[in-house]
Amino acid sequence: MSSTGQGVVVTGMGATTPLGGDVATTWDGLLAGRSAASKIEQDWVDTFELPVKIASQLAVEPTEVIKRVEARRLDRSEQTAIIAAREAWQHADLGDYPATEGGSPKVDALRLAVIVGTGIGGALTLLGQDDVLEQQGLRKVAVLTIPMLMPNGPAAHVGLEFGAAAGVHAPVSACASGAEAIAWGWRMLMANEVDVVVAGGTEACIHPITLAGFSQARTMALRNDEPERASRPFDTGRNGFVLGEGAGMVVLEREEFAAARGATVHGRLAGIGTSADAYHITAPDPEGTGQSRAVANALRTAGLEPADVGHVNCHATATNVGDVAETVAVKKAIGDHPVLTAPKGSLGHLLGAAGAVEAIATILSVREGLIPPTANLEELDPDVTLDVVAGEARKTSLDAAISDSFGFGGHNVCLAFTPA
Amino acid sequence: MHDRRTSEREREPVATNEEILPDLASIVEEVAGVDAAEVTAEKSFVDDLDIDSLSMVEIAVQAEDKFGVKIPDDELAKLTTVQDAVDYISNHS
Repeated sequence: MSSTGQGVVVTGMGATTPLGGDVATTWDGLLAGRSAASKIEQDWVDTFELPVKIASQLAVEPTEVIKRVEARRLDRSEQTAIIAAREAWQHADLGDYPATEGGSPKVDALRLAVIVGTGIGGALTLLGQDDVLEQQGLRKVAVLTIPMLMPNGPAAHVGLEFGAAAGVHAPVSACASGAEAIAWGWRMLMANEVDVVVAGGTEACIHPITLAGFSQARTMALRNDEPERASRPFDTGRNGFVLGEGAGMVVLEREEFAAARGATVHGRLAGIGTSADAYHITAPDPEGTGQSRAVANALRTAGLEPADVGHVNCHATATNVGDVAETVAVKKAIGDHPVLTAPKGSLGHLLGAAGAVEAIATILSVREGLIPPTANLEELDPDVTLDVVAGEARKTSLDAAISDSFGFGGHNVCLAFTPA
Repeated sequence: MHDRRTSEREREPVATNEEILPDLASIVEEVAGVDAAEVTAEKSFVDDLDIDSLSMVEIAVQAEDKFGVKIPDDELAKLTTVQDAVDYISNHS
């Protein structure tokens, strides 16, 4: 846990989520235990007789924040990525950018990388332009269709925004994508390939086909009449997740570099762990074997002991199997002492953005000594034998906390944060 | 008689240069975010207005709809300045 000066620090955070258009409002929503889920006001909900009529939709429309001309060249998932990345960059006080256009960023472009994951990519563009082709013909298909639908599009746009020349990457691992991007950033920084990484995740795919597909997989919350009570991680009444949209970005730096430029440090990404279940394409291993290995790997790379970890920001999506399996993994890797919370009760499930937004919540929990409550947790599932915060935020000093992210396909990522 | 009147009307230019420029400028603004007031006749799309080739295709598609012209890709490639585009539209509409 001691600082050697060789670690990775967090110097900036940005987000646009169903709870708010930036990190501050998102954090306030989490602390209040507020749920962002609401009715989907679109004709297609009835047209297709979808069993799910609710979602966690962005609190602030991207087009209210970015210029109209810019917006029409970007898929919605790219718009959210750009918005969150700009907030994170500004928060980190990295200067004017990009250098290629006369800016004077405080990091050499050749030592700057961007890593932005997404679970689904530009699905709204793909599906929307397919409709255009079928209904209006080739001439009406948008010229920028491909860069708007490609899953590396958000990473590429954020990379262009800042002029990042050391590398632009787009990990795709379903609902672990955002966390995997941050883990990838840690590796690049620890290998001293770069000084600064802008890393995170983005998702915007609230569409009939995603709702239909997740519904057919029997993974979605169906409490349509009470949207704000629908996402209920760890609660006995849970029956699935609420689909959300948004983006989260962090600025990570080599500790030495951040210190040399006098950057404000909000926390340390002490270590990361990844693993694969090798078990089933969608179901998590109920024994939590793969997940616990990811957690153990994070502790090992961070140089932490299980006793150091006071808090777990859970992946818990409010599915029946997943929530309990995660607690099994936590117990296996850490023990019975950590205090849990499940932010998806408030946020819904942001898929490829979830890991990044929840990493930010974990960083803030460590920094502020505050663990947000799990929204809608009224009756704890008796199979969950750990301490899960419910009702009100809990004040507690934390030496270390971890954020779990798991994705369809058996991808497991764990990020370990410690104080600045 | 009726047919002749119709064909005469069709032969009339749909729009004059003075009418084309503001409409073209607003398409350029819509697509590329360049202030319409900047889109003046002598400007080069690439060198002065910083418009890339993909944006030019978008501008051409919208111009085709707006002015009822066809702008094939090989013709589009020859339209260097705003005046070139205005002339092409004027001559082909």
